[in-house]
Amino acid sequence: MNTSLLLIIITTALVNNVVLSQFLGICSFLGVSKQIKTSASLGAAVIFVITISSGVANLLYTFLLAPLHLEYLETIVFILVIATLVQMVEMFLKKTSPAIYQALGIYLPLITTNCAVLGVALTNVQNGYGFMESVTAGFGTAVGYTIAIVLLAGIRERIDESSIPAPFRGAPVVLLSAALMAIAFMGFGSLSL
Amino acid sequence: MNQYMERIYNGIIKENPCIILMLGMCPTLAVTTSAINGIGMGLSTLAVLIFSNLIISIMRNVIPDQVRLPAYIVIVASLVTVVDLVMQAYVPSLYSALGIYIPLIVVNCIILGRAEAYANKVPPDLAVMDGVGMGLGFTIALTVIGLVREFLGAGTAFGFTVLPEACEPIAIFVKAPGAFLVMAVLIAILNAASISTAANKKVEGCDGCCASCAKSCDAEGKEETKA
Repeated sequence: MNTSLLLIIITTALVNNVVLSQFLGICSFLGVSKQIKTSASLGAAVIFVITISSGVANLLYTFLLAPLHLEYLETIVFILVIATLVQMVEMFLKKTSPAIYQALGIYLPLITTNCAVLGVALTNVQNGYGFMESVTAGFGTAVGYTIAIVLLAGIRERIDESSIPAPFRGAPVVLLSAALMAIAFMGFGSLSL
Repeated sequence: MNQYMERIYNGIIKENPCIILMLGMCPTLAVTTSAINGIGMGLSTLAVLIFSNLIISIMRNVIPDQVRLPAYIVIVASLVTVVDLVMQAYVPSLYSALGIYIPLIVVNCIILGRAEAYANKVPPDLAVMDGVGMGLGFTIALTVIGLVREFLGAGTAFGFTVLPEACEPIAIFVKAPGAFLVMAVLIAILNAASISTAANKKVEGCDGCCASCAKSCDAEGKEETKA
């Protein structure tokens, strides 16, 4: 049991990295990766939200949609739940722990439209995961996202100081860095799990 | 050129959502492993976009301003569910190839972006034409990127072998890194030709991220109403 959960974490975080091999959450991956500090904060917020939302989505699917045979409504239900959840998490943090709220503050609302959140919820249903497995997969995916975005931010901080051919300045060089990172992450695919 | 043709020209060339505005990057990178997948994804997005623009435009005076984003999301999510079920029934092979990216059309920035920036301000006929233009622009961009990746990575075009046996295709182009690589070179070419894209405009506070974009649109809208 415990080993299978560990396997899910490694698979979702490294082998099937959410950004570099599944292409989810590209917008924020390219947009909010200018500095290590901000991207780490965003990563923390994403870990927080995806872990909770995959748990909630799983409970809703198992105890509401499946018994009522409304599985086809999963997309609508999940996206509404995620949007509401992000709002609630924001309000809850504001009341209970202002310090965390300060750190995550502006990044929380950004997460609603992060397709990784919805993507994980839908993938969990497709894979037939139970509650614990869903939460673990959500956590692993978000950790993978954080690893990718912090690494890219590190690279971009260096890129800023180097001279790049004019046409490649801006987005292209970031995409090239992402391509090299994706090649490196393909190496995890040969792990025999 | 009448105003309908102008919308279509705008969607395909002037404000191509994928290449010029750089919206909807997730499906662009993910499904363009072949030209057929690109067309499939483009056409499904086109269908959702036309109907979401139509419905949102019809209901633009009914939906209260404060809850418009949740309302749009519900409309788009319902349409995506319809497209999802239709594709599952009639094109099962394409459906399984596109997989999770079909339901993820819901969070495609192009759709909410057009709703927020255009469809909720104009009558239904213009909104539909805008949907057609933007959808076609997206479809064409995805098909071209898919074609490039398929040709370099598998030596085929639309599933037909075009490279002779002796040429070994560069497999990395149909794998994940190839998507980033092709996109990077494409934008670099546009930069070199000094075609203005969202990537080289450097819009402060937008950062190519939909949520912050929606917010800045929000702020602009409020300023407009104030003025």
